Amino acid sequence: MEKVLTLLSFGDQGWGDELLQGAMVTISVALATLPFGLTLGLLIALASRSKSRWISGFATLYTTVFRGVPELLTLYIIYFGGQILIQRLWSGLGFEGSLSISPFLAGMVALGLVLAAFSSEVWVGALNSIHIGQREGAAALGLSRGQAFRLVVFPQLMRVALPGLGNNWMVLLKETSLVSVITLHDIMFIATRANVSTKEPFIFFSAALALYFFFSLLSAWGIGRMETRLNRGYVR
Amino acid sequence: MSWCELPGYWLGLEVLERYGCRMADGLVITMQLVAISSLLGFFLAVGLALLRLRGPRPVRWAIAGYTTFFRGTPLLCQLFLIYYGLGTFRLFWQDVGLWWFFRDPLYCCLLAFTINTAAYQAEILRGSLQALPKGQIEAARALGMRPVAIFIKVEMPQALIIGLRPLGNELITMIKVSAIASLVTLFDLMGATRLAFARSFDLSIYLVAALIYLALVEIVRRIWNQMEARLTRHMVLR
Repeated sequence: MEKVLTLLSFGDQGWGDELLQGAMVTISVALATLPFGLTLGLLIALASRSKSRWISGFATLYTTVFRGVPELLTLYIIYFGGQILIQRLWSGLGFEGSLSISPFLAGMVALGLVLAAFSSEVWVGALNSIHIGQREGAAALGLSRGQAFRLVVFPQLMRVALPGLGNNWMVLLKETSLVSVITLHDIMFIATRANVSTKEPFIFFSAALALYFFFSLLSAWGIGRMETRLNRGYVR
Repeated sequence: MSWCELPGYWLGLEVLERYGCRMADGLVITMQLVAISSLLGFFLAVGLALLRLRGPRPVRWAIAGYTTFFRGTPLLCQLFLIYYGLGTFRLFWQDVGLWWFFRDPLYCCLLAFTINTAAYQAEILRGSLQALPKGQIEAARALGMRPVAIFIKVEMPQALIIGLRPLGNELITMIKVSAIASLVTLFDLMGATRLAFARSFDLSIYLVAALIYLALVEIVRRIWNQMEARLTRHMVLR
């Protein structure tokens, strides 16, 4: 027991502070991905409702591809593909040496593309639930289209979409564990490194699991609070 | 030339020609992993869902804890804990004669995937069983059916109609998530692809793998549509 505490303590002896730094990286990746993925997802959802068959066809293709390909594979394709692309551009412009893509950016883009595909389904369902009369009423009051979306449609949209988007967030939080394979120093990366140097995998992967579980419970609680707040105008 | 080199030959992709056979072997392992763990997970989930709904209170709490924990943490971390973490208790496993199991990455993957998907499937089945109207069970009881018969002939067929789509989504998630087996030295489809890329630095092999995974998912989707049509053939839906 004393050994466990020493290994997980803060400072030179233990890995506690390193693990907490890893947790910060995990949360940063997830938080950085969220706005990018959700905005892209909303755009894809609006595209899938477009009258143009090309635009709605693109949205269908996008969601099919990114919902069907393993996240790990998407991550590798973005990371290595981005690497090769940037290198070609760099050499093509006549510069020497090598340029590398940051793992954080690659992880954020890959996870964001996947999140966009999954969240677009949630957005579509929520958009369908809003009666056309809401937009018409807003127009009759003299609101512009942008104002109508921001002041009338969006608040109602969020109320319907939140449970689904909350699920998307929980999935995203767990998927961030994959960025450790492209050398981002998240919880999993630190736990693996601690395992290599101390040969105590059971302790460190248990600690990692506990950290993830804590964040999941915290998120579930936070999402529940947000749902209550968004539903405050409705009688159950 | 063996058959598995042909797709690469036809497409003119040298990497795929050279590593086609390894990719085919990997595909078989991926399919085995997903099929076995999903099926075992399903049977486990039926029991868990039943106990979660009708078991004694401490059992219900324990199962609620189990599903919350395994759905709230990444599968990658669970897999590493089982493969690397439990692997450290080598002497203990040798004593109880289970070392052959925890030494093999394939068995560890199967174990991790099974307990993970069981947690998800149990929640799906619990929701489906709860959604059934109470009158169904009461009517079956009034007909003098035994509890086991009621469960198999009345409850499960109806619960499966409700739970079929989510269960299909879970199977698709398992296909995708099985790619992490490659991170514990297993040469599944993803593992074979990583090997091919590491040796050739040809990115197109990743795109080929993506297409294979997409095809797998599409096949499952179509089978599921067929199953849904069959399970709901007595209902007027269209």
